[in-house]
Amino acid sequence: MIEVGPDGRAFLLGGYSPTSGLHHFPVAPLCPYTGAEDVEPVALSCFGTLWSWTAVTVRPPGYEGPVPYGLGVVELVREGLRVVGRLTVSDPAALAFGQPMRVIAEELPGIGTTWAFAPASDAEDVG
Amino acid sequence: MNERGEVNGSRGVEVAGVGLHPFGRFGDTTATAMGVTALRAALADAGWDTAQARSRVGAAFCATAYGGVAAGHRVLGALALTGMPIVDVEAGCASGGAALSLGAAAISRGEHDAVLVVGVEKMPKGMIRSSYFAPWQEQAGLAATPAYFALRAQRTLREHGLEVDDLAALVVKNRRWGAVNADAMFRTEVTAEEVLASPVVCEPLRLWMLCSPNEGAAAVVLRRGRGGVQLAAAALRSHLPGSVLDESTPMAGLVDDTAIIPPSTLAATDAYAAAGLGPDDLDVVECQDTDAARELLSWSELGLCAIGEQRRLLTDDGARSSAINRSGGLLSKGEPLGASALGQVVELVRQLRGHCGDRQVPGARVGLAHTIGRGANASVTIVTT
Repeated sequence: MIEVGPDGRAFLLGGYSPTSGLHHFPVAPLCPYTGAEDVEPVALSCFGTLWSWTAVTVRPPGYEGPVPYGLGVVELVREGLRVVGRLTVSDPAALAFGQPMRVIAEELPGIGTTWAFAPASDAEDVG
Repeated sequence: MNERGEVNGSRGVEVAGVGLHPFGRFGDTTATAMGVTALRAALADAGWDTAQARSRVGAAFCATAYGGVAAGHRVLGALALTGMPIVDVEAGCASGGAALSLGAAAISRGEHDAVLVVGVEKMPKGMIRSSYFAPWQEQAGLAATPAYFALRAQRTLREHGLEVDDLAALVVKNRRWGAVNADAMFRTEVTAEEVLASPVVCEPLRLWMLCSPNEGAAAVVLRRGRGGVQLAAAALRSHLPGSVLDESTPMAGLVDDTAIIPPSTLAATDAYAAAGLGPDDLDVVECQDTDAARELLSWSELGLCAIGEQRRLLTDDGARSSAINRSGGLLSKGEPLGASALGQVVELVRQLRGHCGDRQVPGARVGLAHTIGRGANASVTIVTT
């Protein structure tokens, strides 16, 4: 679901259906919005903006990692897609609506590499 | 019942009896035993003994999410009422609404003259663990149900011009009525300061802004006919694809989601059409308050107010907002998944009969019950006198 490009930037591997003109994540056999069958895997944007966020303070079932941890929704800049993921920031007061975020690869015990979002500096290329 | 949930045609469906096992925590008492208590109470309320029930009832529907295999058969078996078709129904928080709509449809189709609908649940303690999530999602910390409530609450606050204080005011409203409901789990009034001082579970949601998963049972006897309380609509819908923060909790959704109608609105629209009624006709409402922001969002999704009008309803129009979740809501009663939607219907029927004592809405004649939960599934039930 996540890969790291030659430039060292992590990106999410999503799906795109030319028929529906819509991206989705993670890659599904059919477009989850229209049922179209012409899904092709695509690299999604490395950047986005923060749409909603919180922090989990109590360990949820099946999770053995540290708490608190951030959880949020990021709007990817190009695809018109909102993606749920862990955040590297676990203090909700340190985050703001619309702030630039970037995709990072995160190692988690038991499941290996997964995706997360970290604040991006305004100077970074968010396109 | 037609495809839009209509049950008030020439073959009217009447609520002949309702029964409840209180919601709370009851030690070693099994879900089956609680279901038996609720169903016996509903049959007694209908004035039927077991022999009469056996001769009149054509089918039974049992709502449960955690009850395991053949939960309904265990309840009906304890009452010597097996032999008829017994169907267990799981639709997340809307399980009871789904069971009710199946039962009403069986009567409307002419299949049966009477059906039993029962909901039972004995939830594991702690944060809800759901087989809805894949193991890797649990391991990654992505199966944190209150966190999804919180992500949506953040958006609800922003999009409806609300603040955390409004969430506290909502809890104060519901707990006030829970304090006078003998069947509720939490029976004390609370202040906004106390709510805000309870531990933050997932910002902006404090512990007292979240309902507690618990145990309980509720039962409804439906029969063909007119008289007493009528079941005017029992609608059930699921989510449309595209929303990222629906109770369907997908990993991604579309940015341009303005045209995606939420499942609660879909179900409410069907129910209003089936009953020939609208939001202004409602005297009493039981709506989903799994968290405080969920209830405020539900108000607009059900058409009880416009987007952003919630604070006015909470502060200036107390008569209207205090007729919502007069039982104390899930914030006072707790949420036994399979039983909660039927518990709402039990409350509405008692309200329409004028039997609610200190929490009675005077002269209530039309009631609406709403649940929305995992799936996503949304149910909207309308009862009338």
